[in-house]
Parts: sequence; C-alpha cells; structure tokens
Amino acid sequence: MSKREVISSGNDLAARAAVDAGCKFFGGYPITPSSEVMHTISDLLPKIGGACMQMEDEIAGICAAIGASMSGVRSMTATSGPGISLKAENIGLAFIAEVPLVIVNVMRGGPSTGLPTRVQQGDVLQAKNPTHGDVKSIVLCPGNLSECYTETVRAFNLADRFMQPVFVLLDETLGHMHAKAELPSLQEVEEGIKLRREFVGDPADYRPYDVPQDEPAILNPMFKGYRYHYTGLHHGPTGFPTEDAEVCDRLIKRLFNKVDAHTDEIESYEEYLLDDAEYLVIAYGSTSLAAREAVNRLREEGVKIGMFRPITLFPSPDKKMKELQERFGNKVYMAELNMGQYVEAFERATGMHRDEFVTHFKANGRPISPADMVAKIKEELL
Amino acid sequence: MAFNYDEYLRTDKMPTLWCWGCGDGVILKAFIRAIDKLGIKKDDMCVVSGIGCSGRFSSYIDCNTVHTTHGRTVAYATGIKMANPDKHVFCIAGDGDGLAIGGNHTIHGCRRNIDINLILINNFIYGLTNSQTSPTTPQGMWTVTMKRGNIDPTFDACKLAEGAGASFIAREKVTEPRKLEKIFVEAFKHKGFSFIDVFSNCHINLGRKNKMGSAMENLDWIDQITVSKKKYDAMSEEERKGLFPTGVLKKDEEAREYTEMYEKVKEAWQNNTKVEL
Repeated sequence: MSKREVISSGNDLAARAAVDAGCKFFGGYPITPSSEVMHTISDLLPKIGGACMQMEDEIAGICAAIGASMSGVRSMTATSGPGISLKAENIGLAFIAEVPLVIVNVMRGGPSTGLPTRVQQGDVLQAKNPTHGDVKSIVLCPGNLSECYTETVRAFNLADRFMQPVFVLLDETLGHMHAKAELPSLQEVEEGIKLRREFVGDPADYRPYDVPQDEPAILNPMFKGYRYHYTGLHHGPTGFPTEDAEVCDRLIKRLFNKVDAHTDEIESYEEYLLDDAEYLVIAYGSTSLAAREAVNRLREEGVKIGMFRPITLFPSPDKKMKELQERFGNKVYMAELNMGQYVEAFERATGMHRDEFVTHFKANGRPISPADMVAKIKEELL
Repeated sequence: MAFNYDEYLRTDKMPTLWCWGCGDGVILKAFIRAIDKLGIKKDDMCVVSGIGCSGRFSSYIDCNTVHTTHGRTVAYATGIKMANPDKHVFCIAGDGDGLAIGGNHTIHGCRRNIDINLILINNFIYGLTNSQTSPTTPQGMWTVTMKRGNIDPTFDACKLAEGAGASFIAREKVTEPRKLEKIFVEAFKHKGFSFIDVFSNCHINLGRKNKMGSAMENLDWIDQITVSKKKYDAMSEEERKGLFPTGVLKKDEEAREYTEMYEKVKEAWQNNTKVEL
C-alpha cells in the first residue's frame, strides 16, 4: 500500500486523521493554539454526513462529544491546557462511564492563561491525572508531523478498545509546524480500524458493565433495543448507581486493570541510534525534533550518543526505562519544556533522582534549540 | 382500564429516591402519559438528566438514559441529537442545574433552537443538597445559606428562554397534572427547542423552614403564585407582581430548527455552495 505525502500542519493532520479514522462528531470551543483542528474538521465532517459543533464553552464542547460517543459514534474534542482544566469534570465521567473519546491537547505555556501562542509541554501530568479521583489515563505524544496523523488514528482505536478517553498531546510547535509529512494510505488506516465491541444477544441478558476484571464495558449504540443507563456515579454490572462497597471496589480496580493488563497493546516508543551508544538522550514531542538534531551533531563529532523517545507517555514504559537506566547509569540527559514532569515518570521507573543525571528544563514558552542541547550535553554529560 | 405506567418504567428501580409527596413523581407520570399519547417508541428516545433530585429522573424510565454531570444535560443532549437527528431527546434539569451551573447551556440550546425538550423541574431550592439558595428562590425566604432571608432576585426562567430564542416555551405546575400532560404533548410534538418550566414542591427542604412544611401547604403556595396566561395577560403591571403565568407562553412554528439547518450545511459542503438560509 503506497504511502501518501502531504504538506500540512500538526493541527490539520490531527483533524484529517480523525475523519479518516471514522470520527463523525466533533465538539469544541476556540482556543489558541488548537483552533485549527476545529477549523479543518468543521469543513470535513459535514461533507461526510458528520457534524462539527462549535459549542458555547469548553465544557459544552466535551459534553456534546461525550454525548455523541455515548450514542455510538466516534467522537473527538480538541483544546489547549485551559480547556482541559475546564473539561476536567466531564473527562471523569467519560472514564467512569467508560465512554470512548479522543481528546487532542495542543499544549501552550501555562499555568492559567500563560503564554497562549507559545510552546510548552506543561500538561503532561495533567493528561496523566486529568480529573478528580483515580483514573488510568492513556496519553499519546506525537514527535513529528506524520505521527500527529498516525497517533490520532491510533487514539481512536485505543479509545474504542479500552472504552475511555485517550489523550493526544500535541504542542504549539507541532500544531503549527507546516511541512511535508508522510502518511499511511487511506486503505491502511481503514483496515486498521477496530470499533468498540457490541453485545449481540437478547437485550434481557445485556449487562453492559458485567465484564471480566481486565476488560472494558461493552456499551452498545443507543436506539437499537438495548436500553441501558449511563451515570457518573459508581455503578454495578447493569450500569445503575450503587454504593455497595464490594461493587465500587471492583469497578475502580477494573478501570485500572483493563489498561494495566494490556500495556503491550498501548506502549510505543522509538530508539534512535542506541545500539552502540554510551550516552542516552530522552525527549518526546516537539523537543525530540531538536534532540534528534543534537544527537546527529554530536555523532558527527564522534560522540556515541542515542535517543529514547516515548510515544505513549502513559502508561509509561517503566520496564524499558529501567532497562535503559541500568545500561547507561547516570549518563542520561533528559530535556522537556516544563519543570520536569516526565522526569517524574523516569524517576519512578528507575529509582534514580533527577540530581543524579542531567536534566534540561525550559518553561518560558521557547523551545530548546539543538545548539542549546549540544552545549548542555558537552558541559554536563560528556 | 387504568393507565399502565409500568410499560415505560424500570420497575425494579422503584420505589424512587424522592421524598414522600414530592412533585417529581407527578412530572414523571405526566411525562410517561405524554410519551404514550404521542406513540414515541422507547427505542426512539433518550432521556438526559443532570445532578440533583431531578437527576434521578432518567434512571426510572425504560429507554436509553444518561445521568450526566451537574448542569450539563443540554450539552450532552446536543451531541446525542446531532448524531441522531431523527430521535427524540429529552432533558430533565432542576432550577440550580439548568439555571445556575448549567445556565449557559440552557441559553445556547434555546438560541440554536435544536429539537430538544428541556423540562426544568423548578422547586425553588437546592433540595438534594439541603436548602441552599437557587436562582429561583423567592426573595425573603429562608435558605441554609441565607438564613435571614434570601436577597438574590428571583429568576423568571421562561423570560430567559424567550430572550435566548427557544421556539416553544411553557410553564405548568404539579397541581395540574392533566394540563401538564397536555403541555408535554404539545412541547414534544413541537420541532425546535421546547422549554417547559414546571413548578414543583419541595416541602422538605424549602417548605419546612418557610411555613409550608407539608406537601399540601407547599402546593397551595405554588397555586398562589401562578395564574393562567389568559388571566395574566388581562392583569395590570401592579396585579402581576409576584405572579407567574402558566400555559403555553410562546409557540413559533416558523422558527428554523438546528439539525435541519445543519443538514443544509452538509448539502452546502457536498454541493460546494453557500448554506441556504
């Protein structure tokens, strides 16, 4: 199957990917730097019989998207950090009621209104714990334009597989970067679509949340004879509210287990020039573009250095990070556009403290350049 | 033969969580009778509710039901309706739910004139959470957050709906169950946003501290503050003070409905033309 080459931006590609992946509804609200996702999808969805709604606020945007998904169609919302903060409560409902949803967050400078037109990777931990209560989030982080497309497609399939929200973390740089991107063929995308499961038996036997402890609920489309109940309250096997301690316990544990038991289906990362490497760079998202260039420049000077780039940020690739840390010891350099949010995941996975390796943080809305990285690596790592 | 409500109820969820004498049950019965009268099939309808005593409404009706977050019924319902324009979508919200925390969605549901039926169960208080002031609590009444008497001006929800552009607006009260049923029938038949402000009693959390601690006393008060639209229209401004008109207050059959308009957007994109207004 032949690949497609396009010239496009990250935001545009996320919207195109959604439509190619079968998305039929988008609910959103204008916000910099993610608005272009809505600009593109508002053109594409009506063409194919879907609907894009610019709602009255961020909260309504996600509520409408969840509502459409509850009724059985693939659905998406896109926003930036302040929008996620506003959507937080309803993200929780999608987690507990097990409603698949793709949430694109094009990260900008925070906290608060922050730096609306500038880049940051400040919402990494927010994506991990986007709502009150305990949830097990799935967070994908494209590292280039092609992945803005492919990871959005993957997000739709994962959302339907695990019946929960899946985050696609773009950032202002990737969202607005305009360049050539190689995409899989439409046929390949369509053949890879795996829709949510449906119960096909007698409606009298349908118990949507009565599933094994490591599997998601089976939620049929509305209006097809399976009349069940969605709620944000703790609920039992039939979906109706309960406060039974044992039932609540099983529910919350299952919401974690359904992800934890299948991390092999979710994990994704890239290893770049690691085979003979003596030094390790860890970076993700747009920062990895600069990091790749820094690695290349150092390689030209004869430094044996390579990069580990997580694509699925959460669940984090803990085993892989531990393995890498054991191989590289403290010869590790980690760069991110925040005050060390993913370093936390690395610390947790490896038992190392950030003082023991080289970290490069920046949260002033500016990217870290390859030259800055090379300088820091030379000064502190080599 | 007596009307068989069980056909539309999830009878295993009975009895309801509502207090003895609560008006919500009257609204539930009128709702079911209206659905039955219109012949709406259970698999062609969805009931969406929010948080509060009214939030439990959805769980008792045997159709696809959604118990959403506080105030967001209309927003969820908008997604459901846009993805399924041929289905009937009903929202149930309380006065706090639909006018305070969810006020924005009520406004914009009305403005879009999307074919959703919003039943606002208006009992003038936050009942479930024990007597906090709501946007419709009359001035001077005791609430747990205004124990010396509420000073917040009272909200006329129907005027809000009118200003926002709903094409069907009505007010009725639980002391008139037959009229309520008739209004529901008319509202549900109407194509466009139907806003129905239903005055209901909360003798427990509004009444007890406001000298109407029994359901009957609370209902009598509702009767005292309401008057038919016909009578209301004939009254002077002075006479209207403190009164709310009941009945169908607005019905505009010409107003364009949102999902039908969106079909025109689809056509425009497919035919590469501008949308036909």
